[in-house]
Amino acid sequence: MLLSRCFPDRHSRTLAPVPRCRWPLTSVPLLLLGCGGPFPQSTLHPRSDFARAADTVFTDIFWWAVLVFVVVETALVFALVRFRHREGRGAPRPTHGHTLLEIAWTLAPAVILVFVAVPTVRTIFATAGEAPPDALKVQVTGHQWWWEYKYLDLGITTANEMHLPVGKPVQIAITSADVIHSFWVPRLGGKRDAIPGHVNYIAFRADAAGNYSGQCAEFCGASHANMGLRVLVDSDGGFAAWVKAQQGLAVAPPKGSPAEQGKAIYSRSACLGCHTIQGVSPGIIGPNLTHVGSRSTIAGGLFPNDSAHLASWIADAPALKPGAIMTRMKPPLTDADIAALVAYLASLK
Amino acid sequence: MSHAAPAAHLAPAATAEAHGLRAWLTTTDHKRIGMLYFYTALSFFLIGGIEALVIRAQLARPNGHLVSAETYNQLFTMHGTTMIFLALMPLSSSFFNFIVPLQIGARDVAFPRLNAFSYWVFLLGGLFMNASWFAGPLFHAGQWNVAPNGGWFGYANLTERQFSPGPNIDFWLLGLQILGVSSLAGGVNFIVTILNMRAPGMKMMRLPTFTWMSLVTQFIIITAFPVLTVGLLFLMFDRFFGAHFYVREAGATPILWQHLFWLFGHPEVYILILPAMGIVSEVLPTFARKPLFGYTVVVYSGILIGFMGWGVWSHHMFSVGLGPIADSVFSATSMLIAVPTGVKVFNWIATLWGG
Repeated sequence: MLLSRCFPDRHSRTLAPVPRCRWPLTSVPLLLLGCGGPFPQSTLHPRSDFARAADTVFTDIFWWAVLVFVVVETALVFALVRFRHREGRGAPRPTHGHTLLEIAWTLAPAVILVFVAVPTVRTIFATAGEAPPDALKVQVTGHQWWWEYKYLDLGITTANEMHLPVGKPVQIAITSADVIHSFWVPRLGGKRDAIPGHVNYIAFRADAAGNYSGQCAEFCGASHANMGLRVLVDSDGGFAAWVKAQQGLAVAPPKGSPAEQGKAIYSRSACLGCHTIQGVSPGIIGPNLTHVGSRSTIAGGLFPNDSAHLASWIADAPALKPGAIMTRMKPPLTDADIAALVAYLASLK
Repeated sequence: MSHAAPAAHLAPAATAEAHGLRAWLTTTDHKRIGMLYFYTALSFFLIGGIEALVIRAQLARPNGHLVSAETYNQLFTMHGTTMIFLALMPLSSSFFNFIVPLQIGARDVAFPRLNAFSYWVFLLGGLFMNASWFAGPLFHAGQWNVAPNGGWFGYANLTERQFSPGPNIDFWLLGLQILGVSSLAGGVNFIVTILNMRAPGMKMMRLPTFTWMSLVTQFIIITAFPVLTVGLLFLMFDRFFGAHFYVREAGATPILWQHLFWLFGHPEVYILILPAMGIVSEVLPTFARKPLFGYTVVVYSGILIGFMGWGVWSHHMFSVGLGPIADSVFSATSMLIAVPTGVKVFNWIATLWGG
């Protein structure tokens, strides 16, 4: 319908006036609108040496591809138009081939491929995960469906939101606790699979402070799409402050506060079987909650870390994140219990 | 030379064309089997297309909830599996069946009954796999659909019983094994047909291009499918009998699955594309009213693609961490395969030139 309005055939033109073709006028600006924005997760807007290397090789190959496309399509379109069927043309001259031509169009692509292959191989080696010895080391473990981060040298364990210092070399060691995941923060580096029993490395140096989104990039089951992550690149001072806060013990709630009540409920519920809060519980199945109140999101970067979302998460996680291993509590917690728990978790800055 | 009618015992068994359902169900005629393949592939193509429509409808806005997450995973798994194994491959089979015997001047394929067997086993495999959309009650699943949900690539260890306890992956495993039997039988049948049943004087380098590409395809099928069979069998042993072919805790690695799957999966790409390239090489000369430009080169580049298709599988695994040397080698081989492909395209344009 749309097409026939834009490209009416000869018959319709004689029957009715051709309606003006309006859709390009309205849709092109709309499409362009999609190109503005902060690009939280775009490989085309690199913000690290790794991402820039990948972007450069992509751009180089893209222009080679454009060249090949233009040459081949020009030849094709020319042949189609120039040698189209016309009345009264005689039979074409049968040609069976041409050895020199065959050699030429075998060699030409091979030469272009050299220009594509050399930068590709160089980039593969440049992004192989090697880092200087003073690099900050972070261990990433993929879980169904969240990310665990361990800063072994700093004694920090956290989840889903990784903090890194700007401009410093970083080496990330990636593995998995269950199925295969893939760690991917497009503007900084990646992607590298998280494979049980294997450790993969990526190394980079972030250019600019900011909040970078990432996403699990290997299908890993029911909530694969809900397995996001954040990398927060901080200024030097900001990173030092974050490290200091994370190294501290879990905040003890003041006496008589709802948070203290929440701690009591936490300590007698199934929560402690899976979660660690330093000095309270040692569980290792779910994310470490010692400083959960300091994070800006919960559930793999899915929801903002506010009391409403925390409350519905505790009440029924699988409803928010299909397949979530944290099931509904039996017997269910009362609303008052949940409110107290939320107060406690929010206090764990 | 006498022009007498052929002796009765040399005439086809039924000169009058048989009609009706029974005739189609019992046919061993290559053209009829070609038609069966064609319409069956078209039906599965429609099903796969509807699955794609539901996927896009779910994604039309953020956080779509047209279908559940579980059903969504089943939809994209079945969409991929259907389009590759139940639509594209049998569509090629329909062209092999209909055209190859005509192009080589044979009365039928070498083993007509085996040919019918291939078709019916293919239909069985397709129906078996799609039955999973309604088989839920049999497994007390609490819902109708228990379709495969591990992606068309079925990566272990997600597809191990530990992480995929339902019957979903079992439908996928058994369905693909059934389809593999059909493809292998067809492959052997057409290789024998093309090598042994050519008309007198039709040397290999006089074969029509489509038949040549079909021959290359059949060789890839009979060499690549056994790799998939082995991979599926390992996973089946893991799931049904507690073996540990892909289990990290037992000292194995799930990466083995990826190697086996893509060692089949990349040649599969050429199983799908070579027949289509063969068709293009027939259609262009016909309508340009001049012979294919560089027949020999086009044939040899097809054969070369068939061989090189075996050396590129790890380009599906660049994020696995095989190391920079392996990644570089497989990048280079993947680029090299562009050369014979480009040669074909240039020869096609040269065929149009002056036509």
